[in-house]
Amino acid sequence: MKKFNFPLNQGLYDSAFEHDSCGVGFLVNIDGRKSHDIIVRSIKVLENLLHRGATGGDAKTGDGAGILIQIPDDFFQKECQALKITLPEQGSYGVAMMFLPQANDLRNICQEITEEIAAQEGLKFLGWRAVPVESSTLGEKAREEQPFIVQCFVSCENLGPEAFERKLYVLRKEIEHKVQERLSLGDQFYIPSFSHQTIIYKGLMMATQVSAFYRDLEDPLLASALAVVHQRYSTNTFPSWKLAQPFRYLAHNGEINTLRGNLNEMQSREKLLSSDLFGEDIKKILPIIDPNGSDSACLDNALELLANGGRDLPHAMMMMIPQAWGVKYPVGPDLRKFFEYHAGLMEPWDGPAAVAFSNGHVVGALSDRNGLRPCRYTITKDGFMVLASETGVLDIDPKNVAEKGSLRPGEIILVDLEKKRVLKDTEIKTFYSRRQPYRRWVQENKIELHGFFNDVVSLPVDKSTLALRQRIFGYTREDLKLILAPMAVKGSEPIGSMGCDTPLAVLSEKPQLLYSYFKQLFAQITNPAIDPIREELVMSLMTFMGKFGNILTEVPQNARLIKLMHPILSNEDLERVSSLKLKDFWTTTLQMGFLRQGNGEDLGEALDKLRRVAATAVRNGCSLLILSDRNLPDGLIPISTLLVVSAIHQHLINEGLRSQVGLVVETAEAREVHHVALLLGYGATAINPYLAFETVVDMAQRKMLEKGVSTTKALENYIHALCKGLLKIMSKMGISTLRSYRGAQVFEAVGLSRDIVEKYFTGTVSSIEGIGLDEVAKEANLRYEQALEDSRVDSDALANGGQYAFRRDGERHLWTPEAIYKLQTATRNNDTKLYKEYAQLINDQTKKQSTLRGLFKFKKTKAISIEEVEPVSSIVKRFVTSAMSFGSISREAHETLAIAMNRMNARSNSGEGGEDPARYKPLPNGDSKCSEVKQVASGRFGVTAEYLVNAKELQIKIAQGAKPGEGGQLPGHKVNEEIARVRYSTPGVTLISPPPHHDIYSIEDIKQLIFDLKNVNPKARVSVKLVSEAGVGTIAAGVAKAHADMVLISGHDGGTGASPLSSIKYAGAPWELGLAETQQTLVLNNLRSRIRIQADSQMKTGRDVVIASLLGAEEFGFATAPLVVCGCVMMRNCHMNTCSVGIATQDPQLRKNFSGKPEYLVNFFSMIAEEVREYMAQLGVKTMDELVGRSDLLEVNEAIDFWKAKGLDFSRILTQVVQKENSDVRCREAQDHGIEKVLDKKLIELAREALEKKEPVFIEMPIFNTNLTTGAMLSGEIARRYGQEGLPEDTIVCHFQGAAGQSFGAFLSKGIKFILEGESNDYLGKGLCGGKIVVKPYKKSTYNPGENAICGNVLLYGATSGEAYIHGCVGERFAIRNSGVYVVVEGVGDHGCEYMTEGRVVILGETGVNFAAGMSGGIAYIYDPDNKLDGRCNLDMVDLELVRDVKDIVELKNMIEKHFSYTQSQKAKDILDNWDQALPSFVKVFPMEYRRVLGKMMKEDEAIEREEKVFK
Amino acid sequence: MGDITGFLKYKREDFSKDSVEMRKQHWREFIHPLPVEDLRQQAARCMDCGTPFCHWGCPLANLVPDWNDLVYRGRWKEAYERLIETNNFPEITGRICPAPCEYSCVLGITKDAVTIRNIELSIIEKAFEEGWVKPKPPVKRTGKSVAVIGSGPAGLACADQLNKAGHSVTVFEKSESIGGILSLGIPDFKLEKKIIERRVNILKEEGIVFKTRCRIGVDISIRYVQKEFDASVLAGGAEDARDLKVSGRELQGVYQAMDYLRQQNRINVGVRVKPKEQITAKDKNVIVLGGGDTGADCIGTANRQGAKSVKQFEILPRPPLTRAVDNPWPEWAFIYKEGSSHEEGVDQDYCILTKSLGGEKKKLKKLHGVRLEYGFKDPVTSRASMKEVPGSKFEVDCDLLILAMGFMGPFKKGLVDNLNIQLDERGNVRTDEKYMTSANGVFAAGDMRRGQSLIVWAIHEGRSAAEGVNEYLVK
Repeated sequence: MKKFNFPLNQGLYDSAFEHDSCGVGFLVNIDGRKSHDIIVRSIKVLENLLHRGATGGDAKTGDGAGILIQIPDDFFQKECQALKITLPEQGSYGVAMMFLPQANDLRNICQEITEEIAAQEGLKFLGWRAVPVESSTLGEKAREEQPFIVQCFVSCENLGPEAFERKLYVLRKEIEHKVQERLSLGDQFYIPSFSHQTIIYKGLMMATQVSAFYRDLEDPLLASALAVVHQRYSTNTFPSWKLAQPFRYLAHNGEINTLRGNLNEMQSREKLLSSDLFGEDIKKILPIIDPNGSDSACLDNALELLANGGRDLPHAMMMMIPQAWGVKYPVGPDLRKFFEYHAGLMEPWDGPAAVAFSNGHVVGALSDRNGLRPCRYTITKDGFMVLASETGVLDIDPKNVAEKGSLRPGEIILVDLEKKRVLKDTEIKTFYSRRQPYRRWVQENKIELHGFFNDVVSLPVDKSTLALRQRIFGYTREDLKLILAPMAVKGSEPIGSMGCDTPLAVLSEKPQLLYSYFKQLFAQITNPAIDPIREELVMSLMTFMGKFGNILTEVPQNARLIKLMHPILSNEDLERVSSLKLKDFWTTTLQMGFLRQGNGEDLGEALDKLRRVAATAVRNGCSLLILSDRNLPDGLIPISTLLVVSAIHQHLINEGLRSQVGLVVETAEAREVHHVALLLGYGATAINPYLAFETVVDMAQRKMLEKGVSTTKALENYIHALCKGLLKIMSKMGISTLRSYRGAQVFEAVGLSRDIVEKYFTGTVSSIEGIGLDEVAKEANLRYEQALEDSRVDSDALANGGQYAFRRDGERHLWTPEAIYKLQTATRNNDTKLYKEYAQLINDQTKKQSTLRGLFKFKKTKAISIEEVEPVSSIVKRFVTSAMSFGSISREAHETLAIAMNRMNARSNSGEGGEDPARYKPLPNGDSKCSEVKQVASGRFGVTAEYLVNAKELQIKIAQGAKPGEGGQLPGHKVNEEIARVRYSTPGVTLISPPPHHDIYSIEDIKQLIFDLKNVNPKARVSVKLVSEAGVGTIAAGVAKAHADMVLISGHDGGTGASPLSSIKYAGAPWELGLAETQQTLVLNNLRSRIRIQADSQMKTGRDVVIASLLGAEEFGFATAPLVVCGCVMMRNCHMNTCSVGIATQDPQLRKNFSGKPEYLVNFFSMIAEEVREYMAQLGVKTMDELVGRSDLLEVNEAIDFWKAKGLDFSRILTQVVQKENSDVRCREAQDHGIEKVLDKKLIELAREALEKKEPVFIEMPIFNTNLTTGAMLSGEIARRYGQEGLPEDTIVCHFQGAAGQSFGAFLSKGIKFILEGESNDYLGKGLCGGKIVVKPYKKSTYNPGENAICGNVLLYGATSGEAYIHGCVGERFAIRNSGVYVVVEGVGDHGCEYMTEGRVVILGETGVNFAAGMSGGIAYIYDPDNKLDGRCNLDMVDLELVRDVKDIVELKNMIEKHFSYTQSQKAKDILDNWDQALPSFVKVFPMEYRRVLGKMMKEDEAIEREEKVFK
Repeated sequence: MGDITGFLKYKREDFSKDSVEMRKQHWREFIHPLPVEDLRQQAARCMDCGTPFCHWGCPLANLVPDWNDLVYRGRWKEAYERLIETNNFPEITGRICPAPCEYSCVLGITKDAVTIRNIELSIIEKAFEEGWVKPKPPVKRTGKSVAVIGSGPAGLACADQLNKAGHSVTVFEKSESIGGILSLGIPDFKLEKKIIERRVNILKEEGIVFKTRCRIGVDISIRYVQKEFDASVLAGGAEDARDLKVSGRELQGVYQAMDYLRQQNRINVGVRVKPKEQITAKDKNVIVLGGGDTGADCIGTANRQGAKSVKQFEILPRPPLTRAVDNPWPEWAFIYKEGSSHEEGVDQDYCILTKSLGGEKKKLKKLHGVRLEYGFKDPVTSRASMKEVPGSKFEVDCDLLILAMGFMGPFKKGLVDNLNIQLDERGNVRTDEKYMTSANGVFAAGDMRRGQSLIVWAIHEGRSAAEGVNEYLVK
């Protein structure tokens, strides 16, 4: 179906990349009393959530907002009466809300169809009502696309309420099908709701416009007992009325990461669907899911099937978005089996989510298993409840508040209007888990395999053929030494560094495995990556095999499945499965081979045959297909396992058979984590990598493994490494369970033709086309023949490989020894001639291609004289050195870069490790070591107000090229005194950077962080660093709408730091793709004019710069090349601290070897700029500004005739998208950050005395949830004047009353004290650096603060010093990455004190699960009278002990006393009053490493003391 | 890689050598390998670079980091297997290769380079000791035949490769012993002849046929060879030595280095040379003209023969002690290197031009020379102007003058002329990129094609030519 409203897919833009995210909520009169007031208040809520939404290019068109309410009977009776429509009594008629085309004729046909089908279905058509609207209130774009909105009334006599609703569902589906079939209206026709219970008013508008546009909403007769509201924030601004929420049953704030897999699964289930309730009607509702909907719309489509198919709404929600229930998660046996039973029916729709749902009788909300979207609620004493993404969205008298809470990860809450009460998580889950004997069903029906997943045993190695087989499947020595051996020895993936400079698979002359043509996708901004180590408990590799049941039934047979602990089958396990003999379970083996010397046609035929045979087998009842490349008969050579798996998987989906069979691959080919991930991601159920197993055993037997690892241990380690790596790849995309990762296809192809992708990898993005089946067949043959050739000599030695380390006969590298030393010599001697030789080595790829840009050439244009071109001195200002932290590189290297860039008025980037304040002052000779770009990364190391104000640019690092979507770790032994000092941590304590920013789970969150940073330092521009991948353009559009000043697109191949090898090679895409997509999407959106673009990764020459510029970049980052200039010789040992040239090391001896000088860098950048000038002269362009976005000056170099490159098609990269009027191809204006209106302006005014004269001031004012980032700008002022020192304690005291908005007290400087009476939202005290925060409930409130939520999630993230006292409970991830704050709180959610490195946390109440995960420093004291902590604490890095040490006791008591004195907490008082009884109930959470370091430091102190004594 | 901090812990340690006094007494090898444990430490100094410049700097692309690692781990057999993947004769390169790899070793930027060559030698000697080096004749013969003309390192490497590929190879050598410059040019104290014999025996057992004392173009016509063999490879070396064109050149006591070295090598294997024809330095004032490796071999030979004094004159200035600015790492280092022969006693002098030779009774007595002064290097030609230093003329006693001034390419007379093949501008045999000369089926390799060069280059040439021949034959 054609999409009308989105721009046509053009260039690299694809509307499928759209993301949205938002504010969501519901309001309800618990007793079911209908009132108009609910509508009024829900509009108010929407308005107060406005800042969570976004506006597009015309600043008035919102991304969408809407409201779902009960059918307002009184109102309709009145209106229909006027229209002469006779409505029967409430409940007997249904109302359709319809978006119809504006054109009369089309509209009439739609209406005719509706009436016709209603009649067919036995419903009585009652009449039409045009919905009165006020178009003038809308934005321009919204108005252009505004549909004609009508309501249709139908009635029915003899059906019960559920059957009536079901009939309306069928009716709606039929109307949709019929209209599209006849008129192909696309998005011009849409039915927001058709129900006898609820109705939805929504549209492409901002929250404030909803009631003004829909005049119905202002009618006092329009009443409802409940309302679900939604405010959308889309990454793009293409008008779409139908994507506004709520949908028919739910409103969703979140992101479904596994959508492709969910859709496929749903499609393959459709043929099995049957239900007594639907009967024959079931055919009419197919397809269940509208393929053109957003992820949320798809979720809603699935939900409406389940809801109408007989499941209760909460039950259905728990099936689709289950909580974590893995072995490590504390849940009861009934509930666990409830989830296990349903896991066999439906895979999770995985991703961050806060969902509000309703069918008119119940209204509820649910949070995803990670709790990644906030959900706060308030219940009043008079029976009203509001739940929303934020607290404070409604003014509620504190006296009237009965309860304030928040949804925990995986929690559900429900209001049942018939029962007239609120049902909480436990009650709901207990009810549903016992609704049927699920536990017994699972236990009795699961297929048991004796010894399944027991200990792995060694296996025989056929040594005579091992080398031959290894060669046939392309094993290299490097695979053995660098990939398999480390996995077998350490049980984890190998690490490497310095990025990737080998050719893309499609440009390599070495036969490549098909896996190398795929790049892993990863989460950026719209949803967070997960930490697969520290938050492992929410993840699961458990999966099922067998025939899956009909999701519309609840029968014991649905549990008749084989449960796999993880997807890697040992040889015995495969044997056990394949020899299983049961009546209803049998196995077929298919061999994956095609004709030797065969071409693409032969290969295609082989695949077709495999597909046919597979489908027939499944039809005949086969429940397990084993795809094998073992012992292929003579004359056949292996087909890539990946190709076979995906081809069969897709085919079975299309045939509706996939859910009836398990796909197990017995493969010699797969060996790396990336291979395994791809096989699963394209549909495999389980994998037996038998040749990798054999190789591991062989290596162990030949004593090739370190530490003399035994064969069985080596195998176990290897399997463990695969599983661990798999979790990591899933987590990168924010996917928690393998069940939903399977078939989710979260990859993009680089260098595969459309034919292959459409036929075998349907739905995968492949932007530049590439090789087809012929080439795949040729590569397979080449590899095979080479293997035979190599095996003629009497040696087992495999090919070198050369992928990771340069080898002359291995894969080519761009950084050859020749290129490295020529660049070094040229820059040292300022030798332009030699530089040109270097540049030639990199630039000239006519014979050997490495990069996409290598395939381009400049068009012939009229050249100009080089004198006319912009000078070098102005070009170099566009250059930056990309982020490398002090810590990853030595101080010498870091400072040399800074000095050089400052000399040229260019910029260096601090990286994420903080910066020594001493560097902020210029040197006597005028040089400056200050990094003008300061990075803010997920670890927030050393991010203080002082750090932020000493920058011209603040860069939010979302991802880095070498390992997008992953966190990092600086092991304790590398954290020396100096590093610890600038990172505000303790020497010797490990520093962990989490995979996501814990204050960026969504697009509205990054808007918040940008706002925070802009507040601290309004003079600095804020940039966001993204990594190229399919869809990065729409993320960039979201970032532009979030008011970033610059967006950086990094390529996949860059990266100087240490990363897992598989991430270096297989995650992310070339910058050419991401950059072009970003440019095109921003121009299409009319957003380009307000944001600059920077590109980086493996930029080496002036030609690279010019090409980046033509594709859309205004600025250019370099990292590897400057390091080479400074002496780096690409040893790729950065991760070992042994860099012999003193760059990537902290070893004082090695640092002495550093030989770089700022002059060399100045030479380098000048020569680059000069080269740029030469190209500009050749192109006839005088200024760089004029170059930007001129992709029309590029063309493909036709001289390149490499056989694999022939199929590449760059037209999508080189497209210049159709520009709308006023839209620009480069940045010409500044963003409006909206910081003029912040509360801080007032605070600064009122605190002038304090700022200027350090005189104490006291300020008192109300605060609202719309007051964001209060305190940051004031703190910036202090830091600018007084640095980290700040003002004397409590110089500025502010007393606020109300519900504070997000980021209250962010980066609060020393000398400020914030007292908040009321409550706050998320991110309170973010980056606190010396200030003091006190939060206490409203004086008038009567609820118990110890049991109610007072603040949101992720408080004190990255705080470095200061104090906080919170009289109440708070949400998830409290004091995360705390590195110095002292805080007291009365209860926290899950993941408390995660990644904490220093500071003290006192918790006077409960903690959620996974407390202290990744906590490497600091101390937490928990009041734990019920001994619950032991079960909830993550004990990987911490010890639990009683508080015995006198120093500890004093510290603890002192903190509680302060807490009491600031908040008058009753709980604190009780504890203090009974101190002797209470003390034993305190548990000290003490990180092991911290203990060791403290002990060591104490010894050192003692030693010093002793020395001093001796001297005395 | 085994020990990632090895390079920080251990210092470079070379093989020990006999004392100068001791070694001057004999013609045998005088180096002593390190004990295994020490050698492991030396191997541990290798940093297993992601970009191994040694591997790149080695013309053979020896897999240096790979075998260093294996030696460190004590996996000698695999180290041996890895070593012979790229190098046919490590026992020879391990002794006499000037080791460009060590000049491009990354550790060499900041510390002393890894002792790559010594490790190489230890691996191959261990392999011989353990009996891993065994004749492995090809399983199948292709039925094609190849003649290799010349049995120096290029010819041998080429023959070895072609034989392994299954072709039937005959090597023609004009002298009495196999090895070319290896057996007759290089003194025994650098490379004992049994080392060559050991290798040649293996090659023989693997099926290569050797014909010595067979001069193509003289004893057998090249046409015959072309007719009898499917392909032929010219690997006759660059034997046309540069001569000294000054008055007095005809005096007795002036010899080309190769004649001098060859004779001593023959004497060492027991060949009788008439006293009249003997060239000996005993009790003579010896001057070696030319500062290269051949000159050094002559110095060592002269000292062992019991020379009264040994001087070495070089026309160019003395190379710097450390790299010049325009000669950065990882290039071949043009620096002053004291070889083992220099340790044994020699006066080296630079910037000396020989003007004439003086003698009595047709016998050489004096060398008349002058000192030179060099101007700046021309950036284009890389040459510096030179002029004589006024008033610097001098004379020096000289009874034996050895000319070691380099070579000017292959002899043109005979083979080259007969074939009527094209030469390049420097007088070497021109080939296409597959190493085939302008005559179809006739290939060339080694110094004959490349001009005077290092042994590793010769082996590389031989291997590359073999690839060309193989392609030609299989096609």
